[in-house]
Amino acid sequence: MKSNNNRYNLMELMVCVAARQLEDSRTAVIGTGMPLAAAMLAQKTAAPNLVILFEAGSVAPKLRRLPISVADSNTQTDALLLSGMDIVFEACQRGTVDYTFLGGAQIDMYGNINSSMIGTDYDHPKVRLPGSGGANDLACLCWMTLVITPHDKRRFVKKLDFLTTPGYLTGPGARERAGLPAGCGPYKVISTLALMGYDPESKRMRVESLHPGVTKEEVIENTGFEMLFLDALPETPEPTDHELKLLREEVDPLGLVIGKAGQ
Amino acid sequence: MNEQVPSLTPQGELFCSPDVEEARSFFRQKPRTMTNKLMSVSEAVSRFVHDGDYLASGGFGGVRIASSVLHEIVRQRKKNLGLSGHTATHDFQILAAGRCFNRCDVAYIVGLEMRGLSPNARRYMESGAVKMTEWSNAALAWRCKAASMGLPFLPARVILGTDIMKHSAAKTIECPFTGQKLLALPALYPDVGIIHVHRADIFGNCQLDGITIADYEVGRSSKRVIITTEHLVDTDEIRKDPLKTLLPFWLVDAVCHVRYGSYPGNMPYEYFSDEEHLAEWVQAEQDPNTFQKFLDKYIYGVSNFKEYLELKGGESRMAELRKLEPLRRNEERPMPASGGSL
Repeated sequence: MKSNNNRYNLMELMVCVAARQLEDSRTAVIGTGMPLAAAMLAQKTAAPNLVILFEAGSVAPKLRRLPISVADSNTQTDALLLSGMDIVFEACQRGTVDYTFLGGAQIDMYGNINSSMIGTDYDHPKVRLPGSGGANDLACLCWMTLVITPHDKRRFVKKLDFLTTPGYLTGPGARERAGLPAGCGPYKVISTLALMGYDPESKRMRVESLHPGVTKEEVIENTGFEMLFLDALPETPEPTDHELKLLREEVDPLGLVIGKAGQ
Repeated sequence: MNEQVPSLTPQGELFCSPDVEEARSFFRQKPRTMTNKLMSVSEAVSRFVHDGDYLASGGFGGVRIASSVLHEIVRQRKKNLGLSGHTATHDFQILAAGRCFNRCDVAYIVGLEMRGLSPNARRYMESGAVKMTEWSNAALAWRCKAASMGLPFLPARVILGTDIMKHSAAKTIECPFTGQKLLALPALYPDVGIIHVHRADIFGNCQLDGITIADYEVGRSSKRVIITTEHLVDTDEIRKDPLKTLLPFWLVDAVCHVRYGSYPGNMPYEYFSDEEHLAEWVQAEQDPNTFQKFLDKYIYGVSNFKEYLELKGGESRMAELRKLEPLRRNEERPMPASGGSL
């Protein structure tokens, strides 16, 4: 992935921006890859008391190495509780989990996600993708859903090939009408171009800051739906040297997420 | 707004009956005698896995999986199985390699978490050879939980309003107390559950360390249960720490002693995953002919799982993987009980 300058690459930028969205003393069910790198970095910076839960059952571990699976031994080091999937998903359903942090193949303007298939015929998909995993459950039940994904027209689409994981569905009130828990839903999207939130009235995706060197036109060009923008559009603060050092040396020393270019 | 509210009429097929009376009748006749159930993996698979059965694999795809049973199912060329795919990764990859199943309850398939996608599993699923019904990880765990509870369904607040709903076999109901619209998840009673554990006795009393994933639910909802275990212990060992017990003996049909039985997957507190070999799987799958040779070498060409382990470096490789495992048991201060609640 191209780099804006020589100091950091775009994966590093995304992870640092993502980490800053997580407040201290909150609970979060996190998926592997960039979301987990972001949560680990958050714990080492502004959110030391962020409680990380894994859908396979580990609760509040002290993470030493970046797990490869949400169930592997590295999710369980010095945990407060080792339980099961039912316990973690039921905690979400009960309303005790603030964040979930996901990736996805396609996302639309209401933050709905497709991770099931590419193509229009369910029985004969062009590409079969994994499916929901725990993503549907987590986005239905956690209070705030964050998504991290590269920004291009194939991913930011007008219409999903398959709606795996609910964002705001078709707009304000749609989640509640479908029977999903009230008052929760998409919160932030961190892409290679910008940081996005959602317009509180229309529940549509809205750019909150542009990454360094990125223009509004570039975001429009790379988005398949009509993107909203804040009137006064700030620039996303660059990763600090401190963040980059922690990310490269402590969170992801093997470059599993940020790539070898980061070192 | 609201121009495309997804249909609430689910189109997915229900592969297993949620009939609790039928399940109770089955469990009524299941023997309670404490007999020696120790046998080889080959015998366990011949006796308890039949063509057409619906299978649930314990663990989490590449963590604490019963690899030896999965290999044996492929080696015995079992066909037309049904499969519960809750984060099915390497387990799915093995069964897809043998083209062993023709229907699947999907929550997570084809993918290998951070290791990418399985090319062969993708080809298999895109070929149209497998009927799919969509769910989510929580939904499959809760479906087994409903069955474990002896109830035909559990209400839940997931899946509603999405295309998963459309391609599931779930229904919506109204809460009789609050009027709240809820999802009704049908009980799932697999014909066979296969679970790898840390220790078991010859009768089937078994325990595991670390996260339990959905294995309480899989173990209690499955009509027949095959346990593979790292360590074979006396029943007294089980009684010393009963909070760790996953299943008591009368739920279990077969006990197989398989050291390194989760290989190349991770076994918490024992050994870490063999990332090199898992990468070798994905690499071999790129080309169907290469993959056939790979399977001939590692599955069809060996007579049991031990021979596969020998091909992969045997004890010396296992010793390396033991060194890579980050979790250590503290013998002085026992680990907290598995399970518990938030």
